[in-house]
Amino acid sequence: MNIVVTIKHIPSIADDLPVKGDNVDFDSVDFVLNEWDEHSIEQAVLIKEAVGGTVTVIGVDLIGELDNALHLALAKGADKVVKITADDPAADSHMQAKWLSEAIKGMGANMVFAGVQASNDLDGQIGPMIAAYLDMPYIGGVSSVEANGDSATVNKEFAGGAGAKYSVSMPFVAGVQSAPKPPRYAPVSKVRQMAQSATVEKVAPSGDASSGLAFKKMAPPVVTGHAEMIEGSSKEVAAKIVELLKSKGLA
Amino acid sequence: MSNDVFVITEHMDGKFSDVSFEMVGKAKELASALGGQAVAVVVGGGVSSNGFASDSTIHIDDAALSNFNPEAYGKVIEALVKEKSPRVVMFGWTITGMDVAAWLSARTRAPLVAYAKDVRAEGGGIVVSSQVYGGKLMAEVAPEGDMAIVACLAGSFPVEAGQGSTAATTMTSPVDVGSLKVKFVEAIKPAGGDVDITAQAKLVSIGRGIGGKENVELAEELAKALGATVSASRPVVDAGWLPRTRQVGKSGLKVKPKLYLMLGISGAPEHLEGMKSA
Ligand SMILES: Cc1cc2nc3c(=O)[nH]c(=O)nc-3n(C[C@H](O)[C@H](O)[C@H](O)COP(=O)(O)OP(=O)(O)OC[C@H]3O[C@@H](n4cnc5c(N)ncnc54)[C@H](O)[C@@H]3O)c2cc1C
Repeated sequence: MNIVVTIKHIPSIADDLPVKGDNVDFDSVDFVLNEWDEHSIEQAVLIKEAVGGTVTVIGVDLIGELDNALHLALAKGADKVVKITADDPAADSHMQAKWLSEAIKGMGANMVFAGVQASNDLDGQIGPMIAAYLDMPYIGGVSSVEANGDSATVNKEFAGGAGAKYSVSMPFVAGVQSAPKPPRYAPVSKVRQMAQSATVEKVAPSGDASSGLAFKKMAPPVVTGHAEMIEGSSKEVAAKIVELLKSKGLA
Repeated sequence: MSNDVFVITEHMDGKFSDVSFEMVGKAKELASALGGQAVAVVVGGGVSSNGFASDSTIHIDDAALSNFNPEAYGKVIEALVKEKSPRVVMFGWTITGMDVAAWLSARTRAPLVAYAKDVRAEGGGIVVSSQVYGGKLMAEVAPEGDMAIVACLAGSFPVEAGQGSTAATTMTSPVDVGSLKVKFVEAIKPAGGDVDITAQAKLVSIGRGIGGKENVELAEELAKALGATVSASRPVVDAGWLPRTRQVGKSGLKVKPKLYLMLGISGAPEHLEGMKSA
């Protein structure tokens, strides 16, 4: 089984995001691996463990710092890692999906996994676009994939525990929402070992696509509600919360 | 090209989701500003399509499309928009709309704005406000070209404005949905047998910030003291600390308790979608 996992390096939302002009100030943010990509890597490695095969992890290197994420993927069980050397932190989803599709084309993938979404998917997620560019079907919101021969049984989630089971012919693209198991932990020592020994294949960006969006403004949301901050020691804060709940008839 | 605004509605088990009505209401406002019509599009059989306040409703009534199939829905909607050339196509930024909107954008080269919170007509085109970076930033963008796709966050517009009684026009599927690579096998029903968190007056809801499974007990104790039930954000459930029946949010349950006490939850838009009526 030949599985390709596409990853997205995105500005971290753990802290506030500074804005410069009408976009994020990419020079002053940390880039991190998209949360859902960890689940797609896990899903790919689980399939490899079940039926054999290779897992290739590929991403667009936006700021020259993708290697960490790729070494982590290797430490988690990926066999091969590739980076598209773009050096363009503002590359949108359409652009990245096009570059990724061009790079994936010759890989003979049976399945391509992408994270179901990323927080910077202003112009949509890369998974469905890669499917369109490669003329493969797409299914997202995926919570498990089992390979059986030249098709796969794919579970898609709706809401509240409801979902549906699909049979999908290979090759296809899946947007992974969560792997059947929590993503495995890779010890730092193993990641470090990969950083020293592994080769990251480099590919130049090829192809052209654009979101077709003209940016007018980017700003933090206007706050409409208000929050009351309760100061003091844990005990004092707890007492105030209890008092508040009591006053509202909730405790 | 027309100035029509198409709304791709969503239904399951014979019922339309709120976001469908929300978008129809918004589409009416937008279409009248653009000088076109608001058209509700219903794909699939087994649902009554006469409940929208749209100017017209197109119902592609095919039993083979009754269960959501991303490939079939994509192809049907692509054929429809290529034939009718609407100015705007609205999807829900939902677990079904998400499967089709970006695919359609790449296929048709029409720009897409995801995470849309608002849309307005301006200078003959549209301007969309989008809630990106987990709600940390709002972007305002203007899609270029003849057709724009807008994927709207659920709960962005009022439901009532989209409810009405427009009689639908039925159409057969414009594409052959017989030979697809994606095949619906069966529905997966929610697991029962747990407390129903949607019926609780008080919830103590825990997130990734509680640190580990061993701390769930602390939340249970607090809940017990308050006469509440423990619910959770998605990562807690994905990690196996609590069952799926306790998940609040976009892919979980929608709750409306009098008290919703969040511990170690950051408040991602996908979580808030499930508890904003609390
Ligand atoms: C299609 C889709 C559907 C989704 N559906 C849902 C859904 O139904 N429900 C849902 O919840 N999510 C859903 N998500 C996921 C959602 O995007 C977020 O990833 C998730 O809600 C984050 O959960 P969290 O707040 O528990 O974790 P985090 O965002 O990691 O937040 C943890 C919080 O804990 C705080 N914290 C850490 N340590 C401590 C401490 N010691 N004391 C106090 N606070 C602490 C942190 O500051 C942070 O605010 C969905 C995502 C997608 C793509």
